[in-house]
Amino acid sequence: MTIKKAGLWLAVLSCAAMASAESVTTLNGAGATFPYPIYSKWFDEYHKLKPDLQINYQSIGSGGGIRQITERTVDFGATDGPMADKQLFKVDGKLLHIPTVLGAVVPVYNIKGISGLKLGGDVLADVFLGKIKRWNDPALAKLNPDLELPDAPIAVVRRADGSGTTYCFVDYLSKVSPEWKKKVGLGTSVNWPAGLGGKGNEGVAGLVKQTPNSIGYVELIYAKQNDLEYASMRNKAGKFVKADLPSVSAAAAGAAKTMPKDYRVSITDAPGDGAYPISTFTWLLIYQNNSAGKGKLLKNFLRWMLKDGQGMAPNLGYAPLPDSVKKMVEGTIETIK
Amino acid sequence: MKPSSDGLESGAGPREQAGDRLFKLLLLGFGLFVVALALALACELAAKSLKIWKEFGFSFLWTSVWDPVAEQFGALPFIYGTLMSSALALAIAAPLGIGSAIFLAELAPRKISDICCFFIELLAAVPSVILGLMGIFILVPAVRSIEPTLTRFLGFLPFFRGEPYGVGLLTAGGILALMILPYITSITREVLLSVPRPLKEGMLALGATHWETVRRVSLPYARSGIAGAVFLSLGRALGETMAVTMVIGNVPRVSASLLDPAYSMASVIANELSEAVGDLHLEALIAMGLALLAITIVMNGLARLLIDQAVKKGERA
Repeated sequence: MTIKKAGLWLAVLSCAAMASAESVTTLNGAGATFPYPIYSKWFDEYHKLKPDLQINYQSIGSGGGIRQITERTVDFGATDGPMADKQLFKVDGKLLHIPTVLGAVVPVYNIKGISGLKLGGDVLADVFLGKIKRWNDPALAKLNPDLELPDAPIAVVRRADGSGTTYCFVDYLSKVSPEWKKKVGLGTSVNWPAGLGGKGNEGVAGLVKQTPNSIGYVELIYAKQNDLEYASMRNKAGKFVKADLPSVSAAAAGAAKTMPKDYRVSITDAPGDGAYPISTFTWLLIYQNNSAGKGKLLKNFLRWMLKDGQGMAPNLGYAPLPDSVKKMVEGTIETIK
Repeated sequence: MKPSSDGLESGAGPREQAGDRLFKLLLLGFGLFVVALALALACELAAKSLKIWKEFGFSFLWTSVWDPVAEQFGALPFIYGTLMSSALALAIAAPLGIGSAIFLAELAPRKISDICCFFIELLAAVPSVILGLMGIFILVPAVRSIEPTLTRFLGFLPFFRGEPYGVGLLTAGGILALMILPYITSITREVLLSVPRPLKEGMLALGATHWETVRRVSLPYARSGIAGAVFLSLGRALGETMAVTMVIGNVPRVSASLLDPAYSMASVIANELSEAVGDLHLEALIAMGLALLAITIVMNGLARLLIDQAVKKGERA
């Protein structure tokens, strides 16, 4: 009998526990994989601060994030490439792009005994178009007069899966090479004219590391983690810049002067002496009008993200938003209901 | 019903008959459920990729441009990569697997055979992503190091040309062979063990050698089972995704050379689905899934026919 009673009490208690678990509100989001490390850090820290709010984030890719927020199956989406007008047209309601942090894509290479490679956008595009086939090509030699580049074929490596990293990279190539724009164009997956496909940043980094005389592109943090050499890029001002947090922030600051109100801006090939040319914002996608008090929760989180969250970005390899952009975003956040 | 069994039937009572009927209906339901599931899967894939079939028709299957930006989709390089890598895998794994199964079933002492079999079945349980990693770290560098020799001595054939990347059809076929080898070996061994001893003993008593016994008795007797093992493995090779993606090079191109990178149908779905932003792109990937399903069904159907024929031949002999 006592055992039965104890069982009953247990059942009652667990019901109570479940009820109290329900009073913890959850916000669900889905989207880009590129900012996943910083987002999961933010949501974790914010949960410690506000134990009654749980934010779940699934890194299913920008395409999936856009699809889910369009269908309103999640409370917020995330993307590495701004949504096209055609996509926004399908959205019922006003969807805001909120920039959160910045990332950079770097051309990594593996040539025995060579470091300090310098590249220009047009040359990089020609390499990925398959037009420049060997490392001792005059165009490469002209950019690197003090390097002894080998007489060997270039093994081009690129992403096989669709990704925001690719979007950023081909966005840059489309801007600096008319031929790239015409032949290949801009997207998360493109019809690559040359090269081997690796799966994910780690796949590309692995292939470059293994294949002699190769070149590829990965996010900055993967180049550092894998000890890969990465090239300095000639920016719009004609200066050679290596990717690091200040040069990425400089690119954002350069673009901030002409920042449109909806933040849908590409900052590749940005002006400014110190600006690194292959960098991008990453955005959260949030509706201006949200249901049942969720707008307020989102607003509070975003305020915290701007104030305290930004400081956590550099440790994870992301550049924080420049002050001018931060001020703009502060204003936008207040319009969320 | 024969009158003699009537007594038994009535003795069992009508309740059992009702139970039997219920049981039969239940099982029928289960059977139909499986069929319905397969049909529903095919219908769903077809319905979700309708736009592709409307826009491209069957040319989707034999054009080779895959350009998500320009929304041009052709599946030929992927179909080619899937079929070639699987065929290559069978060409490597079938002789190896059947050979080792003959050794294990006919020649090796039972104890050693059982121990070996345990390890083979262990190999079958290795997740494909682990095999993919092995492919990247062991097989790819190995293939890269032998490729220059291959092109130098066999380069006159169109199958051995191209840059020594290490990743490509040959490596993908190798990894797939490794993956299906345990299936072929383990099933073939079981089938060979089920060959009645008296048949073999009779053959040996007539003065036949081991080789003759295997060739004239065991293999013909086990033919349909071995064919079944091979086609089961083929099905697995066709649908394998992860390990292939990691070593095939992911380049949608039809090239006769086994050293060139290629792409497979399952790989492109896994790679591009999550970031497929355009509607048509998504539908193209679903259409690819439908085509893969169709290929698997056709292959299985062919296998069925082959096995049936082999069995009939065996019966006649």
